[in-house]
This record gives sequence, C-alpha cells and structure tokens, in this order.
Amino acid sequence: MYIYDEYDQKIVDQRVAQYRDQTRRYLAGELTDDEFRPLRLQNGLYIQRHAPMLRVAIPYGNLTSRQVRKLAELAAKYDKGYVHFTTRQNVQYNWPALENVPEMLAELASVQMHAIQTSGNCIRNTTSDQFAGVAYDEIVDPRPWCEIIRQWSTFHPEFAHLPRKFKIAVNGAKEDRAAIMVHDIGITVKLNAAGQVGFEIYVGGGLGRTPMIGDLIKPWLEPEHLLTYLDAVLRVYNRYGRRDNKYKARIKILVKAMTPEAFAAKVEQEWAHLKSGPQTLTDEEIARNHRFFTAPAYETLQGDDPSFLAAIEASPAFSRWVDRNVFAHKVPGYAAVTLSLKKHGVPPGDATVEQLEAVAELADRFSFGELRVSHGQNLILADVKESELFALWEEAKRIGFATPNIGLLTDLICCPGGDFCSLANAKSIPVAKAIQERFDELDYLFDLGEIDVNISGCINACGHHHIGNIGILGVDKNNAEFYQITLGGRQGADAQIGKVIGPSFAQEEMADVMSKIIQVFVENREADERFIDTFDRIGADPFKNKVYEGKPAGKAKKEVEA
Amino acid sequence: MSRIIVDKAIVECDAPILRVGEDGSFPAVPASGLVFVSLPQYLAQKAELTARGDVGVWFAPADEPEVLGDEAAGLAYIAVEFPAFTDGRGFSIGRLLRERYGFTGQLRAFGDVFKDTLNYLARCGFNAFVVRADKDIEDAVKGIDDFTEFYQSAVGQPQPLFRRR
Repeated sequence: MYIYDEYDQKIVDQRVAQYRDQTRRYLAGELTDDEFRPLRLQNGLYIQRHAPMLRVAIPYGNLTSRQVRKLAELAAKYDKGYVHFTTRQNVQYNWPALENVPEMLAELASVQMHAIQTSGNCIRNTTSDQFAGVAYDEIVDPRPWCEIIRQWSTFHPEFAHLPRKFKIAVNGAKEDRAAIMVHDIGITVKLNAAGQVGFEIYVGGGLGRTPMIGDLIKPWLEPEHLLTYLDAVLRVYNRYGRRDNKYKARIKILVKAMTPEAFAAKVEQEWAHLKSGPQTLTDEEIARNHRFFTAPAYETLQGDDPSFLAAIEASPAFSRWVDRNVFAHKVPGYAAVTLSLKKHGVPPGDATVEQLEAVAELADRFSFGELRVSHGQNLILADVKESELFALWEEAKRIGFATPNIGLLTDLICCPGGDFCSLANAKSIPVAKAIQERFDELDYLFDLGEIDVNISGCINACGHHHIGNIGILGVDKNNAEFYQITLGGRQGADAQIGKVIGPSFAQEEMADVMSKIIQVFVENREADERFIDTFDRIGADPFKNKVYEGKPAGKAKKEVEA
Repeated sequence: MSRIIVDKAIVECDAPILRVGEDGSFPAVPASGLVFVSLPQYLAQKAELTARGDVGVWFAPADEPEVLGDEAAGLAYIAVEFPAFTDGRGFSIGRLLRERYGFTGQLRAFGDVFKDTLNYLARCGFNAFVVRADKDIEDAVKGIDDFTEFYQSAVGQPQPLFRRR
C-alpha cells in the first residue's frame, strides 16, 4: 500500500479546508447553485434523488482494514448504515447531509482517504486490476505506476476544467481485468524483449452514449516519459476537445474527428516540447513508488496444501466456492479470494456497516490487513494461505459474502439506478434482483458457466452494459421504465461493444427475457462452451427469434420475412 | 476605479478590453492608458501598437499562443478571458505563454474569475486577477494560497514534488 508522507497529507488536509470554506459560502449564499455544482462535483458530491451522494476514491482499488473500519464508521454516523461499491473502484454514500460532508472528508483524511476528483470534468480515480501484484498472469505490477499517475493527476492545475470527465485505467497482466480499452486513456504496462518496462497507450475508449474501443496511439513509451506524455495527451484534449456539446465532449469524439493517427501526431508534436522536461520521472521516484508495493511477509509454502485439498474433496459447497471465488496466486500456497457482494436479493455492490467491520477483521486475520475492490463491485482478500481458505469460507458465509457466483450470471454489475440516481431513466436494482431470484439455483448457475451481465439505469453506462455479454440498459419510453438488451459485448484485450437486439421490454418481463436468452444458449451450447463463445458461433438471430416470439417487431429479419 | 489583484495585492486598475466589432472591424485604441486589444487586432496593427508599452493583448479561449510565439516575450501585458470558470482552455494558454514562449510580463485572468480557481490560475502563470464585480475580492485573494504544496511541475515551481521531497 502507498503510505502518505507529510506532503500527501498536507495536500489532502488543505483540500478539506478548501471544501469546508466552499460549503460554508454556498450555505451562506455567497456561491450560487451553478457555481457550487462544479466545485462540489470535483469533490464527489452529487445532489441526488433523495439526498446528496458522496463518492469516495479507493485509488486503484487498494484499501487497508483501518480504512474499511473508517468507511463503516462514517456509514453508521452520517449515512443509513451501508455503502455502495462502484464499477470504478470508488465507494458511495447515498444519504449524507450536505453540511456534514466537510466533516466526513476530515475523517477520511485521517485515514489517508479522500473524495478528490471522483466526479466532475477532471481526471478521475485511476483504476487497475484488482489482482495487481498477486495475479498468476501478471507481467508487471501496475500499482506503482497507478500511484505515480494518482499524484500527477491530483489537483493538476492545467486540467481541472476539462471539456468532460477523464478516466485512466492501467493493466499489467495478460488478461485485462481493468477494462482499459473502454477508458479515455488505457495503459498496458509491459516488458520488451530486453526485459525493460514500458507502456502501451490507448486513447479514446469509453462507454456512455457513444461506446468506443480505444485506439493504440503509442505502442512503446519508456517509463521515465510517462507523465510528460500524459501531459501532452491531456493538453491536446484540453485545448481542442469540444466544449459546445457535452455529449460530444469526451476525448473519444476528438480522437475520432481528428482520426487516431492525426491525434497521435498532434500529441507527438506537443510532447516534443515537454519530453525530458522537469516532469520526467527520476529513477529515484520510480524506485520510491515501487518500495510501497513490495511482497508482504509470505511464508515459504509448497502449494497444494493437503488440508485444503481434503476440504475440497469433503465439501462440494466449498469446492464450488473455490472454483468460482478463488483466484490463482503467483506465490505457491497462497490464493486471492473474491468475497461476493452479489448475494441474491441484495443490491449488487452494497455492504452494511456490520459486513464492513467483519470484513476488516477477515483482512487482518487472513490477508495482511489489506483488501481490494474490483470493478466488478466485489471485495478481494489478495493474500490468503490455502490452508486457511476453508476457515475464511466459513467466516465469509456468516456475513453473506460467500455466494459462489463470481463470473457467473448473478455476479451482476449494476449501477445504483433510478432508486437513487437522479440521472437514471430506470431502476436497475429491481431488475438485478429479479434476475438473481430467477437464477437462484446454484447448481444450474454453476453449469451455465461464465456470463457477464451488466445493468445500467441510463446511457451514462455506469453499469458498463455495453461490455456485458448480456447488457441491460434502462430507457425512458413515454415516461415508463423500459429495458433494452444488448448481446455480445465483452471486456478485456478483445473488448467489444454489444449490439442492441431489438425493442425494449417492461420491467416485469425482464426475468422471462433472461430465461429465454439462457434457454437459447443452453439449447445451442456445445460441451462446456461459455455463453459468449456460443453467441459468437450462432449469432444474435436465434436469441432474437426466441425473445421476440409472438412479437414481430423484434424478430430477426429472415424469420419475419418468411 | 476598479480593484483587481496583482501579485496577491489588491490594487486599482482600469484597463479596457477592446473587442473586435461584429462586422470584424477593429475598435479605435485610446491614445494613452493601459488597454488590451484582441489577438487579431494586435496581429494586424502590431507595428503601431508595440511602439507604446501600455498595450496588452487579450486571448479568447480558442486563441492559440503559437500564433504569437516568441513575440510574447516582448510584451508587458497579456490577458486571458474565462467566459465560464469551467472553461479550462485558458489554463493551457497561461502555461504555454510562460513556459514555452518566455512571457514574463503581467498575465491577467478576466471574466468568470473568483476565489475558487485562483490557485490553479496562479500555478498556470497568472499573477493578475480581475475578480467578478459581485464577488468579495478581499476573500478571493486568499484563494491563491488554498494549496501551498503541489505534486506537479507548473509555473512558479517548475520542479515537481518528486524532485523536491
């Protein structure tokens, strides 16, 4: 974990003081609503349907047990006893009072946390692989680079008022678990043939109204030039990104309008001035950041712990949990465990005060006092001994965090939706709940295998519906809540945007629609094929024909014509 | 007299901003006193304008410092308009003028300027602020020092924190 020194602490403390003054002036009528809005947003405070919503950053998903206890304390003291983990490794309070926010920030600052730039038209929280540093398929640990980017992006004076929000994600593993291709800037940390670290830079990915996959504009960037290059990209965007229409203001629109080649050339031209300037990283700074992300005191273990293997034999339920929720670790005898925040019937990503306190205990007992948050809205204990997995499973069951559904259909990614969010067209939580209830039978769920289902309550796509194998988007149709289905989306290195299959459905139809989609999959599935592989093989038409049976409007063309 | 902030002090200053007419015509420049002409007017009339030391150039957000280039170093005053405080293009203009084109004169922010952007503006090279008339200028000046420690390289402190910590 990165630990603040007096400089980091001073910056966060000065932010608390600044925000306290801004809140005071707003409440005193010295700042208008229009003036206060961008200022509070840059501090993660939205005014929502029922109350303000405060979004707190969890930089690249890393937390200590002490920080989790503080999150729990704030939820009890200033909120309704629970928090919501988001798809961007942030955590949200849904019910704070506006006048209490400065005090909440002061408390967060006391455990080296903040809400800086968690919203607004600025550089947001940098996100990464939840298994960074421990993944068996990792090439380079992205965390030191994430921290370097976090510091560079925090109160960057030139990029505080960009045309639109700006999101950066970093991946250093073979599999991309950080969805870098759908970020404004996606960075892959890699090694060249000589074993030296460098970066691939993608720009212009994003979801929202106009989903796009990022374009590679820099196939190899030496590490010392990371920040000057990012400065160049951001400067080109800050100067030339559209500001006349907020729906066309993301960098992806600029990149597309200029063409990726011309955009890359413009960046190179700007970078020529900045390259090797003062912002060039020093060896010492690179080393300093790496010192915070060294391996914890692992024991030397053989792996294939006998008690662990025996427990798998003895308990089918434990075995199933291990299959779904335990991830291979690079150190023998250790595993990374995903605690599912997708218990059926509970809003995806929510955790209560009691659960947070209990999970902090688990982190202390089983995983060196640290936790991770995934963009899949689950919590991770990254360094658990195999010999302790059974004990951890028992404890996780007790607090409702042991649903063995990671990667399965009910491990839904879901935004807060119309129950809370004032932007939403439709509720997302009741749809998630209906799907979880419909597919509540664990054996069946397990047999279905990996299916990413993503639900967004509106086109802002906080639930990343475009990259779900099955994406669900809330839409407004004559003031009623309807849901549009996309199929074929996927994240990772071969990220693709899903395609809409046809007219939308009413909320009460959604569980049946899901059943029909799954039925088509099961009927056409070969061996243990994943949903997405079956979909790629048979295409969208069989799905369309099934879900729109008796509804000519949405059926595949050839069937309608026939 | 209007009051503005210069180098963290509140001083009196009236300096008109001359805008290009709707028909594209350039307004007459007063014979004396500090005045800001638009970048297009400056480029068209610089022979006569540069002769006097009290003509400044003002930039709209879409104006490009590259057009002025190293000539910026010879000017005593440049101003940048912020039609809305959320339009951050002027931040880049400030840094480019200071860091790339050697401008060392007074760099003035005007328009939607108040306490909450002064710290960022100062770090982008601005040292003069025409605070909006309906805002408390005495309170606004304190905003310059909302933060006293910074991670990044910027005007005034070109060394990023990692080269100093």
